[in-house]
Amino acid sequence: MLAAIGVGSVREIFDSQIPAGVRLGRPLDLPDGLGEQEVYAHLRDLAARNSSVEDEISFMGAGMYDHYVPALIDMLTERSEFLTPYTPYQPEISQGGLQVMFEYQTAISELTALPVSNASVYEGPSAVAAAGYLAKLHNGRARFVVSAGLHPHAIETLRTHAHGYGMEVIEVPLSDGATDPEEWARAIDGDTSAAIFAQPNFYGAVEDAEALSAAAEAAGGGGSGQAGRRSEAAGGRPLVICQVDPIALGILKPPGECGVDVAVGEGQPLGNRLDFGGPSFGLFAAREEYLRRMPGRIAGETVDADGRRGFVLTLQTREQHIRREKATSNICTAQALNALAGVVYLAWLGRAGIVELGELLLARTHYARETLAGLDGVEKLHERPVIREFAVRLDADVGAVLRRCLQQGVNPGVDLHALTGRAQDAGGLLVAITERRSRADIDRLADVLGAAVAAEREAVAA
Amino acid sequence: MSPPTVTGVAAIPPRGGEARTIFQKGAPGRRAFVCPPLDVPGADAEELLPARFRRAEPPRLPEVSEPEIVRHYVGISKRNFDLDSGFYPLGSCTMKHNPRLHERVAALPGHARLHPLQHPERAQGALELMWNLQSALSEISGLPYVSLQPSAGSHGELAGVLLTRAYHEDRGETRRKVLIPDTAHGTNPATVTMAGMEVVKLATDAAGGVDVEDLRAKSGPDVACLMLTNPNTLGLFDPNIEEIAAIVHGAGATLYYDGANLNAVMGLSRPGDMGFDIVHFNLHKSFTQPHGGGGPGSGPIAVSERIAPFLPRPVVVRRESTHRNGRQGAPADERDRGEVPHANGHAPAAPSRTFVYDLDYDRPKSIGRLRGFQGNYGCLVRAYAYICSLGADGLKDASEVAVLNANYLLARLQEKGVVEHLPLAYGQLCMHEFVLSGGPMKRGLQIKTLDLAKRLLDFGYHPPTVYFPLLVDEALMIEPTETETKETLDGFADAIAAILKEAAEDPEIARNAPYSTPVRRLDEVAAAKRPVIRQALD
Repeated sequence: MLAAIGVGSVREIFDSQIPAGVRLGRPLDLPDGLGEQEVYAHLRDLAARNSSVEDEISFMGAGMYDHYVPALIDMLTERSEFLTPYTPYQPEISQGGLQVMFEYQTAISELTALPVSNASVYEGPSAVAAAGYLAKLHNGRARFVVSAGLHPHAIETLRTHAHGYGMEVIEVPLSDGATDPEEWARAIDGDTSAAIFAQPNFYGAVEDAEALSAAAEAAGGGGSGQAGRRSEAAGGRPLVICQVDPIALGILKPPGECGVDVAVGEGQPLGNRLDFGGPSFGLFAAREEYLRRMPGRIAGETVDADGRRGFVLTLQTREQHIRREKATSNICTAQALNALAGVVYLAWLGRAGIVELGELLLARTHYARETLAGLDGVEKLHERPVIREFAVRLDADVGAVLRRCLQQGVNPGVDLHALTGRAQDAGGLLVAITERRSRADIDRLADVLGAAVAAEREAVAA
Repeated sequence: MSPPTVTGVAAIPPRGGEARTIFQKGAPGRRAFVCPPLDVPGADAEELLPARFRRAEPPRLPEVSEPEIVRHYVGISKRNFDLDSGFYPLGSCTMKHNPRLHERVAALPGHARLHPLQHPERAQGALELMWNLQSALSEISGLPYVSLQPSAGSHGELAGVLLTRAYHEDRGETRRKVLIPDTAHGTNPATVTMAGMEVVKLATDAAGGVDVEDLRAKSGPDVACLMLTNPNTLGLFDPNIEEIAAIVHGAGATLYYDGANLNAVMGLSRPGDMGFDIVHFNLHKSFTQPHGGGGPGSGPIAVSERIAPFLPRPVVVRRESTHRNGRQGAPADERDRGEVPHANGHAPAAPSRTFVYDLDYDRPKSIGRLRGFQGNYGCLVRAYAYICSLGADGLKDASEVAVLNANYLLARLQEKGVVEHLPLAYGQLCMHEFVLSGGPMKRGLQIKTLDLAKRLLDFGYHPPTVYFPLLVDEALMIEPTETETKETLDGFADAIAAILKEAAEDPEIARNAPYSTPVRRLDEVAAAKRPVIRQALD
């Protein structure tokens, strides 16, 4: 090979390319390589030092949930044909991946009742930021109004991105667990680019999505200053963006029927494992008029030279590799394999299954909430309907209570104040229910939590 | 027309029948999912969820059995070309072999089924893994601080530009211009716009590097940053990199390294030593996280001392601990990179120090979060396994062989019969990839780069990256990677030569290619004109 190249050594190639001043003249300060068996043992040892949802009865949620992932998803996502291709730039040899994207888009459109879906973005919170960027491009207005019921990571991610593209973020507080309708209407005006809420919200509560959308439309008409004039041309109102939990959409009125312009959400509940937070996928669906401002890949149907049905990446003039600095997003690699898991999961659940699962979660969550609220020192944080998650307030130090429960092999959920830092969340505990948490598990949680709260109150009193 | 004889082996056999989606299969009432029994007391439906919040009709999801789902997706999977089936010389994408060990370790329940909000005390293995990976990426890049949070390369770029902006703002400076060479990946300028900054294009000099005079002229007090890929998208290491760094730093700007091409220099040259302030890694390229047909990826960033205070929250830290729970241990020291621990048999007999790992949110100057939770941990597990497997020498070997393979393939493609049609665009030798110009081929043989790419499909190869970088006429960007054999490279070079020879006799063959794929050339214009992006449902 060296003879064909015309050099005496590989070193010679590097010496001809890399200036002497920036060559690393020493080995990297890293350990020697290991054999496969040793690497496996090391990674297994690290895994053993984590407590997974297999090691405890876990009620943790807050954005990612311990749903059962059917075995066929592992089998399909591990297939070389899905696992190892690059983004489908050559459609003739990528029909499998492109068809999966097309099917995924169909499923997400159907779930959200919104006509256009892209092929996925990174994950839930960055999907919110991406939707904000779409709103900015669409109406050029100055501010985002977000409900405090949005996932705190989504709010922070939106702030990070919005600071980049020069937009302000205003947070609207909750009352009784849901977005305060008066504060919401008051915060939205002619300079509001997008009004953003979550359904169900971060505290588990079902929001009155139709009322929030209608209020946003009513309060956000007109406009002032230059931003206002630009926005009138673009429809003269803020975009309504809703962060959804896709698993709830089997039973919950979909965003497309609630006046929502763009629905985004964390896709993990749909057939993706927890993976300590990623990779998963972000779903992104919108009304038709936003199609050409959508971020990310979109698969479209067409025909080949022989007139046969086929699929391609389409509307690529939105994208960074064509439009460069004028692109609607910088996204390139997204989450194709995770979106595959998502659409396979939805096919596996099926038309009847997604409703049955939703009803089961609804019933168990209601039971769990009533059971826990019946304990001494535990009260509901709000009275709103809940679907798969709810918040309670403990009359004891949450961290200390959690430690007591964990000693019993039960992880009661997420310490709200630790996650949000909000004063009103002090004592808050967010409890998530999935189909993997049976009534027996819930009863065990009630026993352990009740005892832990009592013991903690006694310890403090003593 | 009747397809001509194909000389190579097609990787995907053509399949009959019209494509049908999962929504066009099955029958009413069919299903795969069996719902767990309702084991709690029933409650009034209206009390659980009032009707006004309820969905009137179930979403029209497929009604299919498990065997139908499996057969459907296995069937359409066979209409994909993939890295495990054949050569994938896609320039700037680093399609190297994906070891299956990585899938096995990532699937261990302690990794795969760990909740992202699990208390750090109960996720010590994950945090230690992240710490170790940060340490390794720090050493590889020559930059002291690392964030593993960004989800992919372009997300890392966004982090980098926001960091630059925060750095300048913290110093009370408003710098809005970002210099980008005309050879740059499209994500660079797109990112700059998203970060509220302004793109200023830099010219490329005759040798294929940054035009230093143009850089000097444009490096004023309003310049925030230079974004550079080195080696660049022409596969060339910029010979003036030290001077470039001096000019940029002299102007008070930062230097950003797009790590898409890091596979050329691991263990051989470090962005930090070249003067870069911020680097993003593509773990799905250099560190062999499988690409999944378009993700997931992971785009960690490494930064210099002056950029560190602005890193995204949270940051993985470790504290030395003599206490059992470590809470009262020594303060966090992020710069204490520590050693990547050796596995069984190689470990120090008894560690003299014990550490506790944690997530640090107390970062007052942080740009904030870029996403939920801690990043694409599953990708981090795979990248870490890769680094443990290769070690210091192995990473260097990987880059050396990547460069050797690229230069060998380049030499084979500059032989008589090919070079007349596909000359090297810039330089003599290359790093891990190179760019040929199909301009002479287009003029001499009347076939375009696109035709050559499509004809390669009939020979069982994934084509190179085409029509990029933009400044090369009819560009073909070829990156073979280190995991390909000489026989594979020879086979690919022979296929190119055969296609050119065939085109000299009858250019129509390439112009109408491919013939052996599941579908033939697709009408992309029609797809964009009247977009059909979902299955019509009854």
